[in-house]
Amino acid sequence: MSSLNYLGEYLPIFVFLVIALAFGVVAIAGSWLAAKQKPDAVKLAAYECGFEAFDDARRKFDVRFYLVSILFIIFDLEVAFLFPWAISLSKIGLYGFWSMMLFLAVLTVGFIYEWKKGALEWE
Amino acid sequence: MIIASLLFYLFAAVCIGSAVVVVTARNPIHSVLFLILAFFNAAGLFVLLGAEFLAMILVIVYVGAVAVLFLFVVMMLDVEALAIPDTLKRNAAVGAGIGFVLVAELVLVASGWVSGGGTGASVLAIPGDVTNTQALGALIYTHYIYPFQGCGLVLLVAMIGAIVLTLRRRPDTKRQDVSTQVAKPRGVRLVKVPTGSGV
Amino acid sequence: MTPVVFLPALPELFLALASLGLLLIGVLAAPERTAKGIPLLGALALAVTLALVIQAPAGRAEAFYGMFVTDGFAVFAEALVLLAAIATLLAGLRFNAWQGIDRFELPVLVLLSVTGMLAMITANDLISFYIGLELQSLPLYVLAAFKRDSARSTEAGLKYFVLSALSSGLLLFGASLLYGFSAGTSYEAIGHALVQPDAMTAIGAVIGLVFLLAGVAFKLSAAPFHMWTPDVYEGSPTSVTAFFAVGPKVAALAVFARLAFGPFSGLAAAWHDVAWLLCVASLVVGGFAAINQTNLKRMMAYSSISHVGFALMGLAAGTEEGLRGMLVYLGVYTFMNLGTFVVLLGLGRDGAIAESLSDLAGLSKTRPGAALALTIFFLSLAGLPPTAGVFAKMFVLLPALHAGMPGLAILGIVMSAVACFYYLRVVKVMYFDEPGLPLDADVASGTQQAIFALAACVVLFLCVIPGPFLSIAGAAAHTLFP
Repeated sequence: MSSLNYLGEYLPIFVFLVIALAFGVVAIAGSWLAAKQKPDAVKLAAYECGFEAFDDARRKFDVRFYLVSILFIIFDLEVAFLFPWAISLSKIGLYGFWSMMLFLAVLTVGFIYEWKKGALEWE
Repeated sequence: MIIASLLFYLFAAVCIGSAVVVVTARNPIHSVLFLILAFFNAAGLFVLLGAEFLAMILVIVYVGAVAVLFLFVVMMLDVEALAIPDTLKRNAAVGAGIGFVLVAELVLVASGWVSGGGTGASVLAIPGDVTNTQALGALIYTHYIYPFQGCGLVLLVAMIGAIVLTLRRRPDTKRQDVSTQVAKPRGVRLVKVPTGSGV
Repeated sequence: MTPVVFLPALPELFLALASLGLLLIGVLAAPERTAKGIPLLGALALAVTLALVIQAPAGRAEAFYGMFVTDGFAVFAEALVLLAAIATLLAGLRFNAWQGIDRFELPVLVLLSVTGMLAMITANDLISFYIGLELQSLPLYVLAAFKRDSARSTEAGLKYFVLSALSSGLLLFGASLLYGFSAGTSYEAIGHALVQPDAMTAIGAVIGLVFLLAGVAFKLSAAPFHMWTPDVYEGSPTSVTAFFAVGPKVAALAVFARLAFGPFSGLAAAWHDVAWLLCVASLVVGGFAAINQTNLKRMMAYSSISHVGFALMGLAAGTEEGLRGMLVYLGVYTFMNLGTFVVLLGLGRDGAIAESLSDLAGLSKTRPGAALALTIFFLSLAGLPPTAGVFAKMFVLLPALHAGMPGLAILGIVMSAVACFYYLRVVKVMYFDEPGLPLDADVASGTQQAIFALAACVVLFLCVIPGPFLSIAGAAAHTLFP
């Protein structure tokens, strides 16, 4: 497999990216060119039922969001290990199969721990 | 081949540029967004090297999960747009000095790579007839089983650590306990009520 | 695919499975039983692992396609790590309950961290070394921040995590350079490529080596990579600090030695310089910075930096005699340092840890046993007779002299004289100052007292009859010199 062929396989993705970029640029540039530009500070103000904005929209997040997302990342990584395993299972045979089962068992122990601790509940 | 070189310079330039913005941006949210751009370009570089699987994993794990986590953390910390602190300016010279040393070392290393031919430059990421992902799969679970299971333990530690450090029981929240809700309370009887006479 | 050989790695596998089992027991059993039961079971699992390590057939054995290697050197280092972990788990029982950190995750994390240390010591490939390193570090970050409602403890965890992540990055950068220049990640392949390197390969490999060793030196808390040490030692719960002070250092030094005499033997001049620099910097920084400390845990942090300097002196000599000296020093260091922290585990006042120098005033009257043990440990740390510290110092100073490094040996002697000042100051405060407020009675426990008494006996005994210990260390060092 020459490297040109290999990169050629990515041509549709590249074309897609170019179109996406062009679409964004055309939309913004088009509104710039076609519409009247009358900037005003009031136009940028937040509209809150006619009142002035009470406070900043950026609030502190609860730490629980963090816990959920880090647990998600861990299982995301676990799944990342499954992709190469799935497509090469015919080559690596029973040994490769049980190797992955052991890996999954370790993380299942972690899953039981999470579950029992109530980390997956939203109180 | 010239397209590949052009793409390399495009990805590399955008990657370095966005990495610089990550450090210098005043708004931390912008930093995270430029970090995502840097991840995408690094993925592009991986594709050019023939490491397709790593490129996709970079997008899935780093852009899809880690960047989201960064956004959560930034929002959790309630950081307003910051002025670049004075310490950063004061330390800029030191940082530039260290950066210069690293670049000089990389130049030394790169020059060594050319003349040190035959040591390892012929190791290819694409072994011909199998795809990149298959090649990885054939090795990770068998030949590299020891570090692979070690990775499992590291992930387990990450789970335990996240829960130990952040999970709190909130005593004041009302929780639904399904079993008590469904269970028949003690002292309740089913009574057959005769028609027309009441209990 | 050739069948996998895993039997030589039995201790590591057992410990990993035991920590999984303990995690399950801990989360499924009733909470009031796990607070005490899990640490005891954890200590039992570590003891079984120790037995498996010692009972393993002598000689070099590889497993997992050459990623894992065990030999006499590994057995010696593993035994030290396991002993330290058992002692901290048992001695910390009462302390952890008193501090409100007796959750069952603590022993589980200790077990997982020890698994990582064993994996580091027995690694025979850069990949398995790195996984082991992360497996030992990640639980340590969590353990440092384990008292999560204390600002100092979380600060310790965060500082350790951020700086350690940076050092891991440096280490990986060095490892990738080494891979690039030797076309292999296994120690054999790297060693083979670096036997007779041409000029340019040598430059690339030396830069890789320096980055890799900088990462190792960080875990070792050798100066100039020591900045995190005092804050982390002070902020972490004392039962965790006791473990910090021994386990990671033994593992990192073992890795340093295995790399130095294995794959890097072709670049001896390069790693000699690195070891020499780390040794000198650690001796000076550790010795002088400890003088001004009034917090005992900070003082012990700087003291540990200076002791790492002494252990590196044996390594810097670059001879088999020097390596034996390093192992002897590590062995003695384990007992005297652990002993000191175990004594501190029993001292509390008004619900807070008694960790400042003035808290020890008049300890000889209120707690004569603890004061006596602490005196023995401090004499040994200072390298004064009649304790093991004196002969441990001798066994690293002499190889340095024999290897033609009289300057290093003289610096070592000068710095031990400086160190005498701050160790003996503590002894003076304990014996000649008037006692202050009374100490809490419920912190000290029988187990804790037994452990520091045992450590004190070992420190005294090793000075009187050093023979068997010396021959064990000598045999262990010899395995790296085929």
